[in-house]
Amino acid sequence: MGTLHPSALSPRDLPWRVCWDRDRCTLCGQCTAVCPVRAIELGVHRRREIPVSVGLGERPGNVYRVFYGIDQKTDPAHACVGCGMCSFVCPNSAIFPVRSEETDKLKFHINQGGEPRRRGGRRNDTASVLDRIKFVRISMLTDPALDAGRHEFELRTLLGRILPPEEILKSAGEDGWAPPVREIYPLIVGGMSFGALSPNMWEGLQMGVAYLNEELGMPVRISTGEGGCPPRLLRSRFLKYVILQIASGYFGWDEIIHALPEMKEDPCAIEIKYGQGAKPGDGGLLMWHKVNGLIAAIRGVPPGVSLPSPPTHQTKYSIEESVAKMIQSLCMAWGFRVPVYPKISATSTTTAVLNNIARNRYAAALAIDGEDGGTGAAYNVSMNHMGHPIAANVRDAYLNLVKIGKQNEIPLFAAGGVGKNGNLAANAAALIMLGASGVQVGKYLMQAAAGCVGSEGDRCNICNIGRCPKGITSQDPRLYRRLDPEDVAERLVDVFLSFDAELKKILAPMGRSTSLPIGMSDALGIDDFHAAERLQIGYMV
Amino acid sequence: MARISLFLSGHDKEDENKVCRLFAITSNEPLSPMVALRALDVMKEGHDGSGVGLLMTDLGGDLEQFRGSPILSGIFSQEGIKRLDRYMMELGLLTKFKLSIRPVKMPPEGTPKRDVYLIRVYEYPLEWEGFTEAEIADRLMRIRIDLRRLGGQDGSMVVFSFWPDTIMIKEVGDPLAIAEYLGLDRKGLKARVIMAQGRQNTNYAVTLYACHPFFLQGFATMTNGENTAFGPIRDYLLSRGFPGYTGYQSDSEVFTHTLHYTVNRLGLGIDDYKHIITPLKDEELIRHPDSVFLRRLKHGCRLLAIDGPNCVIGCLPDKTLFMVHDSKKLRPGVVGGRPGMFAFSSEMCGLDGAIPVREGNYEFQPMKYDLACVDASRMEVRRWNQWEPCTRLH
Repeated sequence: MGTLHPSALSPRDLPWRVCWDRDRCTLCGQCTAVCPVRAIELGVHRRREIPVSVGLGERPGNVYRVFYGIDQKTDPAHACVGCGMCSFVCPNSAIFPVRSEETDKLKFHINQGGEPRRRGGRRNDTASVLDRIKFVRISMLTDPALDAGRHEFELRTLLGRILPPEEILKSAGEDGWAPPVREIYPLIVGGMSFGALSPNMWEGLQMGVAYLNEELGMPVRISTGEGGCPPRLLRSRFLKYVILQIASGYFGWDEIIHALPEMKEDPCAIEIKYGQGAKPGDGGLLMWHKVNGLIAAIRGVPPGVSLPSPPTHQTKYSIEESVAKMIQSLCMAWGFRVPVYPKISATSTTTAVLNNIARNRYAAALAIDGEDGGTGAAYNVSMNHMGHPIAANVRDAYLNLVKIGKQNEIPLFAAGGVGKNGNLAANAAALIMLGASGVQVGKYLMQAAAGCVGSEGDRCNICNIGRCPKGITSQDPRLYRRLDPEDVAERLVDVFLSFDAELKKILAPMGRSTSLPIGMSDALGIDDFHAAERLQIGYMV
Repeated sequence: MARISLFLSGHDKEDENKVCRLFAITSNEPLSPMVALRALDVMKEGHDGSGVGLLMTDLGGDLEQFRGSPILSGIFSQEGIKRLDRYMMELGLLTKFKLSIRPVKMPPEGTPKRDVYLIRVYEYPLEWEGFTEAEIADRLMRIRIDLRRLGGQDGSMVVFSFWPDTIMIKEVGDPLAIAEYLGLDRKGLKARVIMAQGRQNTNYAVTLYACHPFFLQGFATMTNGENTAFGPIRDYLLSRGFPGYTGYQSDSEVFTHTLHYTVNRLGLGIDDYKHIITPLKDEELIRHPDSVFLRRLKHGCRLLAIDGPNCVIGCLPDKTLFMVHDSKKLRPGVVGGRPGMFAFSSEMCGLDGAIPVREGNYEFQPMKYDLACVDASRMEVRRWNQWEPCTRLH
């Protein structure tokens, strides 16, 4: 036995314990090979046996035998993350991780060397206000419910600054400039960077989006996240389906700017990330594990170094100065033909930002990312404790726009926890009826389109170190070749088609088909009086 | 088996299907409102006779001589009349003529006893002289809203309209019984344009303010079916900063206000109104000759697009009557007649009842892209549909 030191833990102290059945184990070793954190290893064990013979002739004695099995490591660096890849590969179902029934002790020791825990994933909290919102206004007799399968539905939304009708008429008369507006599908693939995601995952998502657009006529758009965009995509006609994101690290923008003269199509939009819901007030974080040659080339950085984006755009000292100028500069780069909009993390100061955006005629929209947003890497404390839930925040923003009469001028896009418990269409519809023009979704797609094993129960969450066992967030070819881009594309299409069908199943009984029911809060109810008051929707019990 | 059970439940289904029945008529010769109310009665199978809403404009009879003077229509208690007199006196508005109805009989079953159904013509105060039309329109609207607010506190005043050449009557109960009770067949009460609707609202709390037609500064509409996009449209209109966009006890009131917004605020026409409330789909717009403008209009007026089974019959300040439908065309509606007299009806039987002898070539059932209108010359039914180029230059 080693020295007993403060961080010495037993398997029982860990959040996940690996159960292993000696009788079923074939000792093939696949589990130890696949474990992304090397939590288990082959062990040689000595066992004392005392064979007792019948009669009194022989005295019992010791026999020492050796057997081979699985050992679970207990040091914090190798604690099991519960991903379950061991049971995935085991031919005999002899091994599986089990959640500890009591609060683990690991969390008190996962700061060795004074370094707080960092991880990827999600907030690890299953609570969701969105899941509790019900659609309570059902059409029946005064207006018939529609047939989700047979009626025509117009489910598109607008991304772009929309002028008030008076100004539209004025500018039409003068043949003047009008802000660019895109008609897009209300479910957007949220910003997950090339770097955070593996090349195969990225390619799969892009292929899926292209298929949805070109074969199925669904104008789905995908945000690049902060990590640039592969040069060939920048120069392809598929760029029109892409929202290029610029964030405080400006990664990849050298490449983008240089590709400008060679672009065949304008991108769908430019998203300026000022904040993200998973780690509000903190910049992006691509840890060195994942910065290989390809990523380094696209981002314009040396390989093998951690890439923490600054928490804020370094040029900015006031919202008027930097946000206005940055929006205008990016508008100018594409000749004022491309919508440019900021993305912020949900905060109690959202309405202040919004009011400023409302005055800036070049700002195309506002994307708000709630606390339940996911991330490839963040400090644990940022993920778990910072930020604002999306429902109330987007509602405040919408009602603020209603108050100033600009609810149709600045589309709001909501993100963060949409579909966190699997209810993608219901959550999206709830946000739209609270006032969002559309929603951005990331984690759900990782789970549904690529089989991410992460959950709200602190499972896996190692996206940050590049050892994603499914190859979704890894830059190691040995891992990401597990993921076939074609499969990802196919699953992405499945997700959007089923989302579309479910959204219609929500809208049809409410008698809505001719336009997306943005702000149709009279159809919503919740079983919590205070939440109902806060969101200004119906209270139902 | 399923077929049989459907058949058995047929009776219930019919009851459930009751919707507002709408009837409007425009005629060179002034008509008694009874023409429209009888047409409603013909369509009674489909409405429950729970109320009546009546709008008369382009007046004949006793009120024709007061064409330019504002007429206040509403229901008042004795106390309300006193308050009204004090209020109007302070503003310098003097009564010029009265056609008010003070019922003496017992009201029909289901109709409350009221003191006065007011129809009173006022004279503009001296200080309004020199006001522009817009200023006068604004004042009249503000007075109406103010009276409605004051009367709403104790129910002493219910005000439907305060506008030249316009009378409105609304009441709970069976339309024909009410007409008889109020003596609406009197000689002096006649109009060239009459809109009538035969039902109280069912979707929200019953209030006279929820009864169609709705009226704002010369624009009137009535609608059947329910507009499920009501909430966002109401919020949008409320946030336009125009004091007349208020009320909304009924989801159908937004049709009137959107019409007012389209024509009065945006300076557009009735065809643009159709494009605003039922915009062409994105893929349809690509094929339209005015696609650039219409796309922008659709984007800008996105929150005014209706959603529902609706037949809308409306009247413009120039006395043009029109009919449009929702973009799914889930409600019937027919226009027909002969030069000099045309009627708009939510049911064919209503049209048959009111104008039995018609010229077939004018008969028209507007479909989802169509607009049918008859202007004050009453010479023809103008048909227009959304695929045609816009009539005005944008």
